[in-house]
Amino acid sequence: MIAFANRAAEVAAVAAQHADALDREARFPHETLRALKDARLLSILIPEEFGGESASLADVAEICSLIGQNCASSAMMYAMHNIKVSSLVSHGRDSNWHCDFMQRICEEQLLLASATTEGGIGGDLRNSICAVEIDGDNFKLGKDATVISYGAHADAILVTARRAPDAPSSDQVMAVVLKDQCKLNRTTGWDTLGMRGTCSEGFRLDAEAPAAQILPKPFAEIAAQSMLATSHLLWSAVWFGVANNALARAQNFVRAQAKGRPNVTPPGALRVAEAASMLQLMRANTLDGLRRFARAQADSDELTSVGFAVAMNNIKVGASRLAGEIINHAMLVCGILGYKNDTPFSIGRHMRDVLSAPIMISNDRIFGNMSNLLLIHRLDPHLAS
Amino acid sequence: MIEAIRKLVDEHGRMPVPAASLKPDQDLYAAGLTSFATVQLMLAIEEHFDIEFPERMLNRRSFASLSAIAACFNEIEPARLAS
Ligand SMILES: Cc1cc2nc3c(=O)[nH]c(=O)nc-3n(C[C@H](O)[C@H](O)[C@H](O)COP(=O)(O)OP(=O)(O)OC[C@H]3O[C@@H](n4cnc5c(N)ncnc54)[C@H](O)[C@@H]3O)c2cc1C
Repeated sequence: MIAFANRAAEVAAVAAQHADALDREARFPHETLRALKDARLLSILIPEEFGGESASLADVAEICSLIGQNCASSAMMYAMHNIKVSSLVSHGRDSNWHCDFMQRICEEQLLLASATTEGGIGGDLRNSICAVEIDGDNFKLGKDATVISYGAHADAILVTARRAPDAPSSDQVMAVVLKDQCKLNRTTGWDTLGMRGTCSEGFRLDAEAPAAQILPKPFAEIAAQSMLATSHLLWSAVWFGVANNALARAQNFVRAQAKGRPNVTPPGALRVAEAASMLQLMRANTLDGLRRFARAQADSDELTSVGFAVAMNNIKVGASRLAGEIINHAMLVCGILGYKNDTPFSIGRHMRDVLSAPIMISNDRIFGNMSNLLLIHRLDPHLAS
Repeated sequence: MIEAIRKLVDEHGRMPVPAASLKPDQDLYAAGLTSFATVQLMLAIEEHFDIEFPERMLNRRSFASLSAIAACFNEIEPARLAS
């Protein structure tokens, strides 16, 4: 078995070739998806007993970062797919349907998408307007899904909704809906500043499927115990990759200047040094989160603790802010050659892509949740927690 | 004890159902307790009983039911009185 990183390097190379075209045309990364399937990387997180490779979230994060160096949209697609897979792995084992589905993902290298965001609710993951309607062995569901990344290209979509038409807005479930079980009518396009290759269009989603496809655990548990953490960790890994590549370009720029004028330190070198220190913070932040997540897998009190939720939220707000700052620095270092879209030092795409980070579940919304949790959570006085 | 907690759940738990209808072992989250309301409820219990929940109790299990909350209280209270 070839190491994940080697398999991912090939995918990253393919993503690099097409990154500018995706961005220009706002089109789906078909080539990256093909390469991911060929390398059988869509199922590594799934346990071996179902045909996967029992990879850790850290393995997946490393791949997200590797692809993210070259194409943020491709990397985000891979991250979002794995976030959905992690929900199946953590919460689908008690259900035959979901175990079989995990096997299918491995065999057929299926791509999963997510429909949590809803018209009238926005990024408030833990509330839904739409509801599941059980009718015999089947359920029906209609959702105004305002953002579904690569929704038109996914093999299945994991959709959140209220448990029943009379359930309160926070009593949610998550259901797997296969491509041929749902009608997607496009309601909004995706002509955006960045992350253009994610094709995160809006859809009216109407589905009818067997009720067995609803995950047996309440979505409250899925969100708290897998989705929030895996989202924030894998997104941060993608942004780390993007920031890293922007800074590498700035570093190359400064190095070329230094070679051109020996014995004179180029002015941009100072900013590169400053940004490198921020990049180290980003790496430490994300790695610490991945370690904490791995520890919590074996300790359900830790996994459901206030401290864990605070830590996972901090990773996202921290990484999204730092990535923006690092890329700003890179732009200042490269100057006009960074601002132009067709030089080896171009930073424009990185910058536009990373502007999505603070709004992808708004940082202010996250700070709002955390300000509540911090009323009871006490800061850990230990450096090594 | 359970009755006193019930009253606080009614006042601070923002539950869609009255606390009187909750059995001591019933899952509060399934009955509609949100994480925001958990914090408010926790603060109200701390204030009412003059206790403080230690960090290790700040997890889902501690607030999963009325009797789980009472069990936390019973664990904290003797320590408080002894100190
Ligand atoms: C690249 C990308 C891909 C995405 N892919 C998907 C996907 O595949 N599936 C999916 O379901 N969603 C997806 N999303 C949507 C994402 O998860 C969020 O739901 C969305 O970015 C939030 O949209 P919003 O800004 O309209 O909503 P809101 O969260 O409603 O925020 C709107 C504004 O109000 C403010 N605000 C709102 N509520 C609060 C509060 N409580 N406290 C403080 N401020 C508040 C915020 O500052 C924000 O500026 C994607 C987003 C991006 C950027």
